[in-house]
Amino acid sequence: MIEGIDITHFIVLSASMFFLGVYGFLIRKNMITMLMSLELMLNSVNVNFIAFNIYLNPDFLQGHFFALFIIGVAAAEAALAIAIIIFLYRKFKTINIENSNLMKY
Amino acid sequence: MDWQLAIWVIILPAISFALISLFGRKMKAMLAAQIAVTAISASFVFSLIIAFNYFFNSFPPGEPYESIIAVKWNWLNFNESLYIDIGILIDPISVMMLLVITLISSLVHIYSIAYMLNDEGFTRYFGFLSLFSFSMLGLVVAVNIFQMYIFWELVGLSSYLLIGHYYYKTSAVSAAKKAFIVTRFADLGFLIGILLLSYYTQSFDFEVITDINQQAYFENAGITFLGLSTLTWALILVFIGGAGKSAMFPLHIWLPDAMEGPTPVSALIHAATMVVAGIYLIARMFLVYYNIAPDALMIVAFIGAFTSLFAALIACTQDDIKRVLAYSTMSQLGYMMLALGISGEANGHLGYTASMFHLFTHAMFKALLFLGAGAVIHSVHSNLMKDMGGLRKYMPLTGFTFLVACLAISGIPPFAGFFSKDEILAAAYMSNPFYYYVELLVAGLTAFYMFRLYFKIFWNDGKIYNTKIHEAPSLMTIPLIILAVLSIITGFIPFGEYVTYNGEILETDFHLNIILSSVFVAMLGIFIAHRLYKNKRDMSLNTSFLYSIIENKFYVDKLYLFVTRAIIFKKVSAPLAWFDRHIVDGSMNGIARLTNRISEIIKVSQSGQLQQYLLVFISGAFVLLLIIIYITQ
Repeated sequence: MIEGIDITHFIVLSASMFFLGVYGFLIRKNMITMLMSLELMLNSVNVNFIAFNIYLNPDFLQGHFFALFIIGVAAAEAALAIAIIIFLYRKFKTINIENSNLMKY
Repeated sequence: MDWQLAIWVIILPAISFALISLFGRKMKAMLAAQIAVTAISASFVFSLIIAFNYFFNSFPPGEPYESIIAVKWNWLNFNESLYIDIGILIDPISVMMLLVITLISSLVHIYSIAYMLNDEGFTRYFGFLSLFSFSMLGLVVAVNIFQMYIFWELVGLSSYLLIGHYYYKTSAVSAAKKAFIVTRFADLGFLIGILLLSYYTQSFDFEVITDINQQAYFENAGITFLGLSTLTWALILVFIGGAGKSAMFPLHIWLPDAMEGPTPVSALIHAATMVVAGIYLIARMFLVYYNIAPDALMIVAFIGAFTSLFAALIACTQDDIKRVLAYSTMSQLGYMMLALGISGEANGHLGYTASMFHLFTHAMFKALLFLGAGAVIHSVHSNLMKDMGGLRKYMPLTGFTFLVACLAISGIPPFAGFFSKDEILAAAYMSNPFYYYVELLVAGLTAFYMFRLYFKIFWNDGKIYNTKIHEAPSLMTIPLIILAVLSIITGFIPFGEYVTYNGEILETDFHLNIILSSVFVAMLGIFIAHRLYKNKRDMSLNTSFLYSIIENKFYVDKLYLFVTRAIIFKKVSAPLAWFDRHIVDGSMNGIARLTNRISEIIKVSQSGQLQQYLLVFISGAFVLLLIIIYITQ
């Protein structure tokens, strides 16, 4: 519980982070930028977890642990994503997402 | 006597067929021939033993010959009243047929080794020959009508396979198809007949069916259909099956075309054995025909007489020697059918014996004629008489044996055909003089066309050959000599003592007036043929209107073609085909095409653009969220 700051602030923060991420993911064509947007979305979820943990259930730490897990998974996922991006770059000589469109009909 | 020996007679060719067809590709061609010849010769020896024991050792002299069931297995058992047995029935006619089939088949096997020597399909040919021998032997010993039907179809199949031996020739393929379809068509009648008959008698067994005193025949005699009793209809349908196999008018059209097969096959299948299956069938069921359906027997007699005259007329005009022989076979089969049909009180059932006798002797001399023709074709490389002439100098042995066969079929004493034909004529004279005069005319025609053939091939000098003409190899001439000897001596067998309709001895005596008239007619036929064909001369006859009708086989084939092509194909099949193609297939194709169109439209959504997918996904999530909010409110 943080004095003087309402939970609404955290929710608004997390929501804006999330939608910034979604926006970035939809709009940017550079795969690295898209990956960064993805991380933004994951982190907005982390903010939510921790805020709710502190405000609703301050005696337990599930939210914190969830956040830690998500950070770990996000790191692994980033490694994978970058590996894929490198392969795509080798194939297309670009990391523009619009050029990797072989998986269609 | 252990009658189980008969199993081996039938099984040996089957084993040979199995060996040749399973390992034929790996074995040497000559080995296949050796297997087949050994099997069929062993069968022949066993048949001889069986025949000897049956006719001479099994029954005291004067006692009637009874039928013996050597083996009987329960083959298909559906329930207590419906079962099909398979087995071996031994009685005078089946023993006689065993002898004829194994003898002719052995000789044809031996002859074929030389005749087919350089043929690609040598092994295949011998395999099918064994298959045929097996099926034909199985047919004649059938204990029940259904077993007979099964083997009946098997001989039809092997006939089809052997006619189509030269499968790279279109004519051979279509001839094989024609033979199969026409006989199959007739067999449909046979099958319906079997089912009708068995429905009333409640059994497939010949024992039961030929027991004319059984209750079923009295009870059901009154049931009529279109003016004839249903039992008569059943027997007429069975006769249709027999008529198809035995090439009776109007189901004869397949037999002349069947000559596309190798000549030994024609000798074995289309002269001596398979085509007499129809006669054999009627003979096997003779008691039923005679006692239950005399009307059906009248039809048999009429069709037989008509076919014999019809085929004899056509035989006088053909140029292909094998076709002449084919029509001659049809004509002689007509004789046999007629003799069965008129067998009755009036001639003391002489007709039955005469028919079987003629079947026996005909097998000998007609096989000889075909094998002789094969020897000629083998060296001249043509089927047509216009390519032949003066061959007696080149092929004296073939010419001599051919002459013996011609004399035998023409009915000149003391050759075999004389005795059997005389009995048929006597039987006809005693029961219905009209048939007698018809058959006398046919006898004259027979002598005429056979000697036309003989003179055109072996006399008619002055033909110049491009290739060297030689006598046939000894593997071919030995069967010819054996058959020629048989064609002379088999006439002296007192057939009435062995083969009669009820197993009792039938006294046959000579009728001097019939002998004189038949010999006179035959001599007249030979004389005319001698005058017309011994030397080359112009035939002004060839252009006449009547001659061209006969030469075109009375346009029966054309009529069939017209009926099938112009009526059935165009008026029935073509609209049905249109319906099938446009309505049935059309609706199915329409559904497929519609699916295809829709897919074309919606596949655009699978663009491969990750961000598009994501947009859809997020929008979907939003929509779901809104719905959930709306519901929970």
